[in-house]
Amino acid sequence: MLIKDGIRIDGRKPDELRPIKIEAGVLYRADGSCYLEWGGNKIMAAVYGPREALPRHIQDPTKALVNARYSMASFSVEERKRPGPDRRSTEISKVTSEALESVIFTELFPRTTIDICIEVLDAEAGTRCAGITAAAVALADAGIPMRDIPVACAAGKVDGVVVLDLTSEEDKEGEADLPVAIAPRTEEILLLQMDGHLTYKEFEEALELAIKGCKQVAKLQRQALLNKYKTFEVK
Amino acid sequence: MEIPEVKRVSAIKKDYLARLAKEKKRPDGRSADEYRPIKIERNIIKKAEGSARVKIGNTMVLAGIKLEVGEPYPDSPEEGAMTTSAELPPLASPEFEPGPPTPDAIELARVVDRGIRESKYIPFDKLCIEPGEKVWIVFIDLHVLDYDGNLFDACSLAASAALQNTIIPNERYGLGENKPLPVGSPPVSCTFVKYENFIVVDPCLEEEQIAQARFTVALDKNGDIRAMQKGLRGSFTIDEIKNIIKRAQIHAKKIRKLLGEGNGKENQKS
Repeated sequence: MLIKDGIRIDGRKPDELRPIKIEAGVLYRADGSCYLEWGGNKIMAAVYGPREALPRHIQDPTKALVNARYSMASFSVEERKRPGPDRRSTEISKVTSEALESVIFTELFPRTTIDICIEVLDAEAGTRCAGITAAAVALADAGIPMRDIPVACAAGKVDGVVVLDLTSEEDKEGEADLPVAIAPRTEEILLLQMDGHLTYKEFEEALELAIKGCKQVAKLQRQALLNKYKTFEVK
Repeated sequence: MEIPEVKRVSAIKKDYLARLAKEKKRPDGRSADEYRPIKIERNIIKKAEGSARVKIGNTMVLAGIKLEVGEPYPDSPEEGAMTTSAELPPLASPEFEPGPPTPDAIELARVVDRGIRESKYIPFDKLCIEPGEKVWIVFIDLHVLDYDGNLFDACSLAASAALQNTIIPNERYGLGENKPLPVGSPPVSCTFVKYENFIVVDPCLEEEQIAQARFTVALDKNGDIRAMQKGLRGSFTIDEIKNIIKRAQIHAKKIRKLLGEGNGKENQKS
C-alpha cells in the first residue's frame, strides 16, 4: 500500500512535486554551474566550453559537440557504488547529451565541445531528471545560446494511480516510471523513457502530468538564474 | 610525452609570480604563513554513513564515508580495514578528464590515507564483528568539486570531519542498533610549496602551477609527525624541511580547533 486515501507515503498528493531548491553559479572554476536539491537528491552540475574539441579527429567542422557526463558519487547510494562509469550511467549520459543538444545553437561553435558534468552526490529516485534540470541551469549560467531552458520531471503509476515525481519506494514497488524532458516554451519532448506497464490512456495522463511538473520546475530554474544576477542590481 | 595543461603556465604569469615572490608577496595578497578561509560543513549526504564538505578559499571537496561488512586481511583477523579513494572529476576543473584515477588522484588518496592510518584515528580493533570472518570496512571517498589548489589539506580535513560524524550501520546488516563510529584524535595535514625559493603554506592554484616542490606533513595532537610526503621535481634543503615542520605545527594547532575531538555524535549522547 503506497497510496492511502489519495495521499502518498511521503504525504504528497498524486500531482505534487517533492521540495526543490536550485542555485546557479556555485562553482569557481566552471564556466557555468548549478547546485540542485530535489527531494533527497543532491546534484552538482558544471559546464565547460565551448572549448576546442580534442583530440582533433573528434571535431565537427559544422557544429559544437555536446558531451554530458552523468556520474554518481560512490557514497550517494545505500550500497557503496564502485567509482567510474557503469552501463546505467553511460546510457543516462547519452540520452542527457542528446536532450540538451536539441536546444543548443551548436552551429555557432564549430570544432568545439561543450562539456557538461553532472555529479550525483546524494541519490533518491529521479536522478536523471534532476541531472538534466541542473545541467540546463548550468548551461544558461555559462551563457551558452539556447532556444529554451530544458527541464525534466518524471511521472509514473503507483497502486493504479498516475502520480508525479516518484520517490524511491514508489519507483521500486510501483507499476511504471516515465521520465520526460521538455523544452517548456514549445512543449517539445527532448527525452522520454519508460519502464513498467501503462495503458494508452494512462500514458496520456502520465505524460500530461509530467509536462505539468516540468513547467513548475521550469519556473524554479528561471528564478534561480534571476537570483544569481540580483547582486548586480543597481541600488 | 605531452605535459598536462595544468602544468603549463604562461611566461608572463610565471614572471609576475616570481617578481612577487622576491618581495615575499603572494598573488592573492596573503603572507607566506596564511591559510585561506576554511569552512567545514558536516552531515550533508543522507545516503552516506558520514560526510563533510570542506572549503579552503575557492577549493571545495566532499568526503563521503560508507561502511560495509567484509572479510578481514589474513594478517589482522580481528581488525577492520579502510580504503581511501579520490575522484578528480571533470566537474572540478577544465584540466580534469574522465577516466580511471590518474597518478595525481592516487597520490592524493594515499597521502590522506596515511595521515589517518598512522595517527590511529580509526580504532580498527573496535571494528571486528566476528574474528577472522567479518569486520567493518571503512570506505573514504573524496570527491573534488572545485579545484583551486591545495587538495591535500582540503581532502584530509574533509575525511577527518566526515569520520567524526560517521555511523556504523548495524541496522542495515541486522547487527543491532546503529552506533557512532568511535574515532580518536584526528591528524591535521599542512601543505607547503616552494617556488623561486619562497616557501608558502596552503598554495592556491596559480602557485601550484609554478611550484618546483611540494611538502605535506600530517601531525597528531601533540604536534608529532605521523606522515609526510614530498612531491614534484624540485628539492628542499634539510633546513627548509625542518622549518616547514615547525611552521606546520603552528598551523595544525589552529586547524585542529576547527575539527574538535572524537565523534560529534558520541559527544551529543554523553
